[in-house]
Amino acid sequence: MVMENNISLELCHTDLGYNGRVVLRDVSLTIRTGEIVCLLGPNGVGKTTLFKTILGFIKPLGGVITIDGIDISRFAPKDFARLVAYVPQLHHSPFPYTVRDVVLFGRTVHLPLFASPCKKDRDIADSFLELLDITHLAERAFSELSGGERQMVIIARALTQEARFIILDEPTSNLDYGNQVRIIRKIGELCKQSVGILMATHTPDHAFMIASKVVVVNDGSLFCCGTPETMLTPETLKQIYGVDVQVFDTPDNGICSRKVCAPFFLNPNKN
Amino acid sequence: MKGLSLIVVCLFILAVVTFFSMGIGRYPVSPASLFSWIATGQCTDDNLPVILFNIRLPRLIGAIASGGALAMSGAAYQGMFRNPMVSPDILGVSSGAGFGAALAILLSLPVAGIQILSFGGGITAVLIAVSISKTIGRSHDSVLVLVLSGIIISSLFGALLSMLKYVADPDDKLPAITYWLMGSLANIRMNDLMVILSLLLVGSIPLMLVSWRLNVLSFGEDEARSLGVHTGWMRALVILCATLMSASIISITGIIGWVGLMVPHLARFVAGPNHRMLLPVSFLFGAIFMLLVDNIARSVVSVEIPIGIITALLGAPFFIWFLKKSSRKSW
Repeated sequence: MVMENNISLELCHTDLGYNGRVVLRDVSLTIRTGEIVCLLGPNGVGKTTLFKTILGFIKPLGGVITIDGIDISRFAPKDFARLVAYVPQLHHSPFPYTVRDVVLFGRTVHLPLFASPCKKDRDIADSFLELLDITHLAERAFSELSGGERQMVIIARALTQEARFIILDEPTSNLDYGNQVRIIRKIGELCKQSVGILMATHTPDHAFMIASKVVVVNDGSLFCCGTPETMLTPETLKQIYGVDVQVFDTPDNGICSRKVCAPFFLNPNKN
Repeated sequence: MKGLSLIVVCLFILAVVTFFSMGIGRYPVSPASLFSWIATGQCTDDNLPVILFNIRLPRLIGAIASGGALAMSGAAYQGMFRNPMVSPDILGVSSGAGFGAALAILLSLPVAGIQILSFGGGITAVLIAVSISKTIGRSHDSVLVLVLSGIIISSLFGALLSMLKYVADPDDKLPAITYWLMGSLANIRMNDLMVILSLLLVGSIPLMLVSWRLNVLSFGEDEARSLGVHTGWMRALVILCATLMSASIISITGIIGWVGLMVPHLARFVAGPNHRMLLPVSFLFGAIFMLLVDNIARSVVSVEIPIGIITALLGAPFFIWFLKKSSRKSW
């Protein structure tokens, strides 16, 4: 992919909500291309509202959201989709499209209204299938894949869209442990594609693994934003989730040393 | 089988079925004399060209157009509503058209009037169903609400139709209404076909052009939007085109059920779910299916059987067998 200028997606003192009811007040947030921002917060604080607003599905109640300085409400749907791609949490199609077709749907935004993908589009789709190591799934029916495989396919679709920002809504929900790690590792590698990533997750460890920045949402306001190490302290985690969590460094074995979270807990059934 | 080769095979089968269908009917025409007439333009029987041109050909073209259009619009509906159970019938186009036709018959309008009113009735019914689903759809599952809206409108127009039948003259108007509702290709004339074929072109060309985007639309509102599809416009276009096609067919043939629901499944099983292939293959499958059914309608017993009865009688068991066999692969 051609390296393009770095741009940023910004929310500046924006109020979010729907039907006139404010869910998140006075949100300020910047996501730059090449950066991974992890969004953490308990259930029901408005993470989905934030995503839907950034994606333009609902309008902000106050303030603006800009990309490269331009208000997103001024983009046509097509132009917007060239800037922001979306990886939703649940995706199902009632019809058994092949994986290659599903990934090719990401090219739609680059096609003239009445056109179908050409060889160049198929090559782009194939290159991202390869990047995510899922070329072997290309001819399978998307509807028959496992959850982890589907998630990879939808990420490949978002990359094929060649947007500057990718928004992922809990990409590891419903995945087994191995698939969670694999998906997170792949997402971590994506900033090389010079995309900006905003990812919601319920696992603080994901932030330690890949995030350059952490945004914590709690109690109707986005209360802080900073590096994972400064943000995810036992105190903040207690505040967000209401449970005691220890944060410590993994032993430095020469491969990776980073912080991990462990709930403060004693197995009552163990002698 | 992929791409063009599948289309070519379908076209070939369609041509063969059309050829043999020309020979079927109350006036016997042997394949040999038919073939020599097509090849040389000469024939021993003077009645043959008259029968073929004035009676059989309009009917065959009518069967191809109606089967194809109903199947293709059914496939487009299913893709757009992301629900393999949606058919033109479920959205109320048939009952709306039935009501319009019955009203025209009751008012003693000429054939053109029946066609125009049934066409208008069909389109009106779908528009009402869609607007109902939009009004109540906010807080519910959109597909479910749409199907329910269709059922509401179907039953509403069904009740209105019953009212018209109740007041219709039982010696004259009531049989005409009843017969119209059973569907038939017997009364199709060349003049009607010209109008219908041009309406079908107006409906099918835009559908073919947006067929790629129709795929994306079947992933649902939010995903389609995030992939850059203007969902509102696309939905409006698909509803307009598919309803135009089915309503214009129903207006000349009466109600022919099942084709729009069943044939797209069969086509999806063979051609895959990509609408670029699915739409044309559905058209060809629908055309072949309707030719075969019409052959049965006009040859099995000495009195012609209304075609809507046969599509339902054959369609229901076939569909059950097919769904059981294909399990979830075709969806």
